[in-house]
Amino acid sequence: MNSLADFVIVSAMLFGIGIYGLVTKRNALRLLFAVEIMINAANLNFIAFGQYLPFATGAQASAPNALGQTFVLFSIALAAAEAAVILAIVVVAYRLHHDVDVSELKSLEG
Amino acid sequence: MMVVTVGSAIIALEAKEIVYGAIGLAGSLFGVATLFFLLNAPYVAVFQIAVYIGAVAVLILFTVMLVRQEKWAKEVRSTSFTRLAGAVTGLAVVLALSLAVLATNLSQFTNLTNSATFVDIGRLISTGDSPVLEVLALVLAAAVVGALTLSKVEREDKTQ
Repeated sequence: MNSLADFVIVSAMLFGIGIYGLVTKRNALRLLFAVEIMINAANLNFIAFGQYLPFATGAQASAPNALGQTFVLFSIALAAAEAAVILAIVVVAYRLHHDVDVSELKSLEG
Repeated sequence: MMVVTVGSAIIALEAKEIVYGAIGLAGSLFGVATLFFLLNAPYVAVFQIAVYIGAVAVLILFTVMLVRQEKWAKEVRSTSFTRLAGAVTGLAVVLALSLAVLATNLSQFTNLTNSATFVDIGRLISTGDSPVLEVLALVLAAAVVGALTLSKVEREDKTQ
C-alpha cells in the first residue's frame, strides 16, 4: 500500500459504497451516511494526488504543493455545514411526520 | 487500515441498528484520517479527526438517538431488486474506476514527493485563497443560522 494507485482504488471503493447506499437506502440518515462516505472518497483522492504528484512545471515548480490539502480543508468545512443543515432538516421532518423515510415525505413533492 | 476504512463504511450502511451504523461511519472517517497520516498530511488528518469525529459524528449520533425508532431495526429492507440494482451500480463504478486506475501508470508513483507543511497551507489559505476562506465563513454562518431557523419555526408551529 505504497503507491498512488492503492489510495485511488480505496477511494473508488468508498465511492462505490456511497453510490450503493444512495441507491438502496430509504432512511434519510443512511443517505446522509452515504453522502459523507462519498465526500471522504473525494477528499482522499485530493490528498493522494496532491501528495504524490509534484507541482506542475513552471515558476512554482520548486515550491511545495499545498493545494490538495487546502482544498480538502475547505471541503471538510463545507461538509460539516452541509451535515448540520441536513440533520436540522431530518429533525424537522421527524417532528412533522414521525418518520425519516424519504419515500414517505410526500409533502416535499412539488 | 484500508480494510478498516472500507469495512466500517459497509457497516455504516448495512448495520441493522442505526446507532451502530453511526459508529461505523465514525470508524470509517477515522480510517480516512489515518490514511491522511500515511499520506504525510498530518494537519489535514488532525483537522479531519477534530471536525468529523469530534463534531459531525457526535452531531449525527445525537440526531440518531433523537429520532431513532424501534421499528427501524426490524423494518423490512429494501426490495431485492433495489438492493441488486444498487450493488450492481456500486460494483460497476468500483470496477470501472479501478480498471481505469490500473490502466494508467499511477502505480509507479511510490514515494511521496510532497513536503508541504501547515505553514505552506496557511500561506496559501490566507493569501491566494482568502476570498474562498471568507465565502466559506459566510456559508458556515448561513448554514448555522439556517439550521437554527428550521428548528425555531417548527417550535412556533407546535405552540399554535
